[in-house]
Amino acid sequence: MTVIYILWLRELKRYLRSRAQIVASLGQPLLYLLVLGFGLGPVFQRAGNGSYLQFVAPGVIGMTVLFSSVFSGLGLLWDRQFGFMKEMLVAPVPRLQIMIGRTLGGATVAVIQGLLVTTVCLIAGFRPVSFLMVPVAMGFMIAIAIVFAALGVAIGSSLQDMQGFQLIMNFLVMPIYFLSGALFPLVGLPKVLAIVTRLDPLSYGVDGMRAVLLNASAFSPVTDISVLAGVGCVLLLVGAQRFSKIEI
Amino acid sequence: MIRVQNLQKTFGSFTAVDDVSFDVGEGEIFAFLGPNGAGKTTTIKMLTTLLKPTGGSIQLDGLDPQTHQNEVRKRFGIVFQDPSLDGDLTAAENMEIHGVLYHVPHKLRRTRTEELLKLFELWERRNDQVKKFSGGMKRRLEIARGFLHTPRILFLDEPTLGLDPQSRNQLWAHVKKVNEAERVTVFLTTHYMDEADRVAHRVGVIDHGKLVAQGTPAAIKEQTGTTTLEEAFLALTGSTIRDEGADKADAMRQFAKMWSAGGKR
Repeated sequence: MTVIYILWLRELKRYLRSRAQIVASLGQPLLYLLVLGFGLGPVFQRAGNGSYLQFVAPGVIGMTVLFSSVFSGLGLLWDRQFGFMKEMLVAPVPRLQIMIGRTLGGATVAVIQGLLVTTVCLIAGFRPVSFLMVPVAMGFMIAIAIVFAALGVAIGSSLQDMQGFQLIMNFLVMPIYFLSGALFPLVGLPKVLAIVTRLDPLSYGVDGMRAVLLNASAFSPVTDISVLAGVGCVLLLVGAQRFSKIEI
Repeated sequence: MIRVQNLQKTFGSFTAVDDVSFDVGEGEIFAFLGPNGAGKTTTIKMLTTLLKPTGGSIQLDGLDPQTHQNEVRKRFGIVFQDPSLDGDLTAAENMEIHGVLYHVPHKLRRTRTEELLKLFELWERRNDQVKKFSGGMKRRLEIARGFLHTPRILFLDEPTLGLDPQSRNQLWAHVKKVNEAERVTVFLTTHYMDEADRVAHRVGVIDHGKLVAQGTPAAIKEQTGTTTLEEAFLALTGSTIRDEGADKADAMRQFAKMWSAGGKR
């Protein structure tokens, strides 16, 4: 347990010490929230869907958690050659503990980022049906964070060099974001898009947050959390398996 | 302390380590020398449980790294060719995590950290982030950390690469001090022959995966009829330059250099 704790604490300390990075990582969500939120607002309104800012805020929160957690896992790749990872891999502790400590650390950081963006959304004019629902939404953030931190670890353990990083960004992380319904409603979509969006785990995370924050969702919150829990378990297993195979 | 018999490692059709046998006694400083790509790092990786040998046997303090992985891991400390410190954490925090990973009891962790950081002249800087340290300081911290769990063996893979003569001399002085004080066996690789000559009790020369000579520096010089270890090394391994194909690690090292030159890390 102390091993998991100290590795979790390490991720947290690293995060809190990189102030510049914290501010920088808020840039993209802010852009989506403010530019799209206010830019597409009038069109969205005219289409009879209400306020776009309200709609997109949970999506932007989901995006923040997604990026932050995937990156923490992918960071492993770098860490393996130039960082602390080697030190951990020769230590007399089971790899599973190392993987869990790191994944939980990355997930925690992602949730903190998510809460920061939630605060920014609230300042920008986002109004949930009830503020009491924000902690419930945090539950969904945690689920998203664990799912994608595990995915990041699985990929980070499998890649050999930094070249693969861009590939993963453009062909996995961005599609997960764009196809999640973070930016558009999941109802009345063309058939192919409807299927693809339903295969995207982030769809259920964003939908879950909309369900609790806005009382409007495409699936039921129970479906959302079950899908996330299921996918999370599978990815944790895959991540642990890939992680145990790392050779340096 | 280290006993290697007929060790072999192949990657596909390439034989990196070919029928290597040697013994390193307790408290001995053994230098493993060889040109680039000769099989030094591969051997260290096999000795330290990071790679599985294709053939042959290894015993560290009487234990097989493959079957008693965690027992073996507790018995050695290692300083890698590439840095393995966490730059965002302080020197003391790096030591702390190491102590936890190696199950060093809390109290002992404290006293030993203090002792080692003082010995390696880092105690005053213990609460500074490691990324603010010079190359020599980082190396010293890595070695101090390697000693924290009182290992029986310390592996040093090119520990002085990229350091100025001052830092190099200081580093070896420290290693010798701990070697004498705690009877730690030291297994090192280096490209600086004068260092090996001065520090090591015995050396082994590896080339193309094969051990071509081993013995005290004096014996090797005598055997080859040369006056310096460098001349002896060249006599044993020839003077052709080994062009290692740039591997993935090299590509990343290059990238890291660019990155740090940009001042981002």
